[in-house]
Amino acid sequence: MNARREVVLWIAQRATAAILALCVIVHLATIVYAVRGGLSAAEILGRTRGNFWWAGFYCVFVLAAAVHGAVGLRAIAAEWLGLRGALAEWAMTIVGVVLVITGLRAVVAVVGA
Amino acid sequence: MDVKVWRGGAAGAYQSFEVPRRESQTVLDVVTYIQRHLDPTLSYRFACRVGMCGSCAMTVNGAPRWTCRTHVDKVAAGGTLEIAPLANLPIVKDLVADMREFFDKWARARGQFAPGATPRGEFAAVRPDSRERREADAGIECIGCGVCYAACDVVAWNRDYLGPAALNRAWTLVNDVRDGGQAARLAAVSGDAGCHSCHTLMACTELCPKKLSPTRSIAGLKRATARYALTNRDDGE
Repeated sequence: MNARREVVLWIAQRATAAILALCVIVHLATIVYAVRGGLSAAEILGRTRGNFWWAGFYCVFVLAAAVHGAVGLRAIAAEWLGLRGALAEWAMTIVGVVLVITGLRAVVAVVGA
Repeated sequence: MDVKVWRGGAAGAYQSFEVPRRESQTVLDVVTYIQRHLDPTLSYRFACRVGMCGSCAMTVNGAPRWTCRTHVDKVAAGGTLEIAPLANLPIVKDLVADMREFFDKWARARGQFAPGATPRGEFAAVRPDSRERREADAGIECIGCGVCYAACDVVAWNRDYLGPAALNRAWTLVNDVRDGGQAARLAAVSGDAGCHSCHTLMACTELCPKKLSPTRSIAGLKRATARYALTNRDDGE
């Protein structure tokens, strides 16, 4: 086990948790604000399409969630399933990559023209 | 009073004894009464009887405690006692737990003082009010009874986890400015077996008979390992 790598993963988990706390608050506040005038795809796309700020915000959200989720699932796999070592590392990496791809794809879908 | 006592090894069972209640009776008094008057084959461990040695810890009505400093009044609300060896450790016989893995983990956490490479001419001056000295003071009174280790759920899940006492010991040494083995120590207490597996459940801190806070020490190790990883490229091994 590489001690430095373990510590860096732990720091990544904590730092992304702090980012996610802010992102989730903004996300929920936006939902509460947005549904007041009735919810429709056109209304959502009207707000997000071509908007640089929302694109940046959701990119940060997706990347933080991918890192946080992947590292967290690795810890859960170790504690609950006894899954450690190379298999757990690969599973963590795949989960992280899939989250990044699907998340960024969704961002492109709501921001792109 | 009905007292259930664990007999045998891991595949053992509880045996019931009828023990007379006395004023200011401790759980250790109860166990000693059983051995002297009811069954001389009962095995248990104790030495000082006054909370100095840390050898008489057992599971009393579900929680690990020093039996010598635990009054029956305080723990036997229903008038019954259930006494077992410390949890999370192999059972030798009856109330005696095998403490080897507990102390081996102190060594694995680099719980020994490591002298610096070159002896200096002068003594290191450690101010009593310095932050490091106060952090070390807060954890240094541990007498290694194993109560925190038996109370820790993470130890139960993960047999490699070093446990609260070993990590607390490592933290006192991280704050020893004379110590020359910090990189290896910080590496030893990192990751799955080390401080990063602690879930801050605080059972160790709640039950420590010395009122220490291993949870606080483990949080200190998390900060120290993070600081080291961010300022050094090597992995300490």
